[in-house]
Amino acid sequence: MSLDYVKFSPGFDKFMPKEYKDMVEHGPFGKKTTVSQMGSFKEILEEHPMCAGCAMTLFIRLAMISFPNPEDTITVGTAGCGRLAISQAAIPFVYGNYGDQNGVASGLSRGLRLRFGDKPKDVVVMAGDGGMADIGFSCTLHSWFRKEKFTTIMLDNEVYGNTGGQESGMTNKGAVLKMAPLGKKFEKMDMLAMAKSAGCAYVATVVPNNPRRVEAVIKKAVLIAREIGPTYIQAYTSCNIEYAIPTDKVMEDAKNVEGDRYQFTEYVTDEAKQFLAERYGYKEFLPKPAPAVTKA
Amino acid sequence: MSESLDTEVKTNPQGDPITSVAAAPKAEVKKDPHAEAKKQRVVTPEYMFFEAPRTKEFITGSEAAKEAVRRANVDLSIAYPITPQSETMQLIGVLYGEGYVKEYYRGEEEYGVMSAIAGASRAGVRCFTATAGPGTLRGIEPIASWPGHRLPAVCMFTCRVVNAPLAIQPDNIEVSYLLNCGMIVFHAENQQDMFDFIMKGFIISEMNDVTLPVGVCCDGFFVTHARGYVHMQEKGIKLPPREAWRGAVPVLDAENPPARLSRDAPVQKSNFMAYNIHAVWQQEVWAAVERSRKYINKFMGGLCSAENMENADAVIIAAGSAAAQSREAVRLCADKGIKVGLIKVRSLRPFPTEELRQLCKNTKLIVIPEFNYVGWLAREVATAIYGHSKAKIIAGPHVYGGQSMPVELIVDEVESGLTGKKSTNVALSAIMGTDVDQGAVSHFMQNI
Repeated sequence: MSLDYVKFSPGFDKFMPKEYKDMVEHGPFGKKTTVSQMGSFKEILEEHPMCAGCAMTLFIRLAMISFPNPEDTITVGTAGCGRLAISQAAIPFVYGNYGDQNGVASGLSRGLRLRFGDKPKDVVVMAGDGGMADIGFSCTLHSWFRKEKFTTIMLDNEVYGNTGGQESGMTNKGAVLKMAPLGKKFEKMDMLAMAKSAGCAYVATVVPNNPRRVEAVIKKAVLIAREIGPTYIQAYTSCNIEYAIPTDKVMEDAKNVEGDRYQFTEYVTDEAKQFLAERYGYKEFLPKPAPAVTKA
Repeated sequence: MSESLDTEVKTNPQGDPITSVAAAPKAEVKKDPHAEAKKQRVVTPEYMFFEAPRTKEFITGSEAAKEAVRRANVDLSIAYPITPQSETMQLIGVLYGEGYVKEYYRGEEEYGVMSAIAGASRAGVRCFTATAGPGTLRGIEPIASWPGHRLPAVCMFTCRVVNAPLAIQPDNIEVSYLLNCGMIVFHAENQQDMFDFIMKGFIISEMNDVTLPVGVCCDGFFVTHARGYVHMQEKGIKLPPREAWRGAVPVLDAENPPARLSRDAPVQKSNFMAYNIHAVWQQEVWAAVERSRKYINKFMGGLCSAENMENADAVIIAAGSAAAQSREAVRLCADKGIKVGLIKVRSLRPFPTEELRQLCKNTKLIVIPEFNYVGWLAREVATAIYGHSKAKIIAGPHVYGGQSMPVELIVDEVESGLTGKKSTNVALSAIMGTDVDQGAVSHFMQNI
């Protein structure tokens, strides 16, 4: 049903703009596209007003390619750099109030379940570190405690980038930024530990250097959120402007940060592992066959 | 031992509101708790409001709200217990247990609740919630954004004190904050209004050319906690469900092309087109408020009602509990030989501007009693009838901070207004349409 809206009404195709035609003819809707096919199809997100060299934009593009059902995915965000790109994508985006994203997503995903039952309607929150760990902290944590079934992705650039470089809760201790003229006085908030103790079924950290890993992580998180519970991905998406990273060094920085504080980690509850194995054939989570016991 | 096993289960102790799902008697076979809800049949709004036979019950305003929601085919409701609530939202929980409401949870606080209502309304389901006083202000950021996002929903505001020092008493000053949100705002006088306005609110809210949230206000305690007679339809019927495709703005269900407002980054930019888009959008929200008039007239019998107006010496204009007190004041005045009319304002947004201009054309004196300090209703009335009536307007008496309103206060204002005697309760500065002596005003303010 939902695929109908990305198709032309009969007789109207010749009046549609080229961008729209490309999306219908070469877009990812109703197909299984992967990050390794990038460049060979029309992406949901192409044009955007982000800064040159922005790692966040690369991550958002990768994430959108990775959505298992882009035609049935609704993104929710809040103020910050990320929404400038997310709002340009060819899928619905909710831009409500400051820090309300996990509250809105709670109502949205429950409402969609009431109307569509088992038919997957994936709700994905994508918001920055400030929007999630500072102003939206209460809504975020409570949505996890309530076991709301949707995916939360933090675009962590460790700074308020959109407002010009102020300290956020996710900034590293000691960093000198606006509103932290003497250096940040407390540690980076451990949202990963909080996600686990609040009951997320899947928690992962990624950097955008490894597209296939980003893809794998996003797919798992969205699928698990359909039935098992909340999922959380924390992605390092550097701000090359506020941290003065030369554009050609952005990936190098990501690699360094990956080696320092953003090692790939993945936490999957047993229930989620079983679900992925049984429902979606994830071999890595199939129960290991019992070693053959040979009796002497 | 055997005695305790046979103890009768009290499911609804006399005089207590039902606060938990009725437990089935032990001996019986397992009954479907949703059985009654499943039997409900859908009727048209016209049948529900105008034709369905009604029976009378003596219930609280919170129970009246519960009974309205039971018959309103509500999909989702989100509750928060305090800051400070009435019993309403826990009673909606009972409806959830009984299957009349399909989805329900206790939210973290009002900002989270009102945001989630925004999400659920975007999903295309019918939503209800309630809050009061400081909770309203805590939730007002999302509430004020509902109209702009064109989200139909009904929110009940059981007004309480919002000013410091912190208190939980009735005071309807929060209505003044709601008036400028772009939502439709009704003010219920009593339990019956509460019941009717909530149900009718859903239908008006979801009309295609309206597509706006509806706030149903009442004065906390006086309506929510006190009992009154409510004429209600049978429990076996309900309103038609929300039809998600009907809204003026598409819902976000990935079945329809998304509304542009969610996608247009240019609206956020600083250029002429961005300002223009936002300006036009605001105009459209308020135009939608205007378009709701015809539905309020149709379903609620008008934005205001007028009683006893013929040849009246004075007119009292009131909303909410003040209207109930004013009705009694009209009776006391009649005993004294003063003929006083009463206009009860039901809808504050849209405001009955034309109606008041007609009704007050030849009125000499208007008295506007209110349950708040600032007198928001008097300002509304004065703005509406300016240039259309020569009436002297007394913006008072006012009670606030939990005070009740003795009927005699209103009678005093009618009398002093007619005789020109100085009022002991209303400052001269709050009397519009007469010359004000600033010295007398300051003397009054120093001596209250």
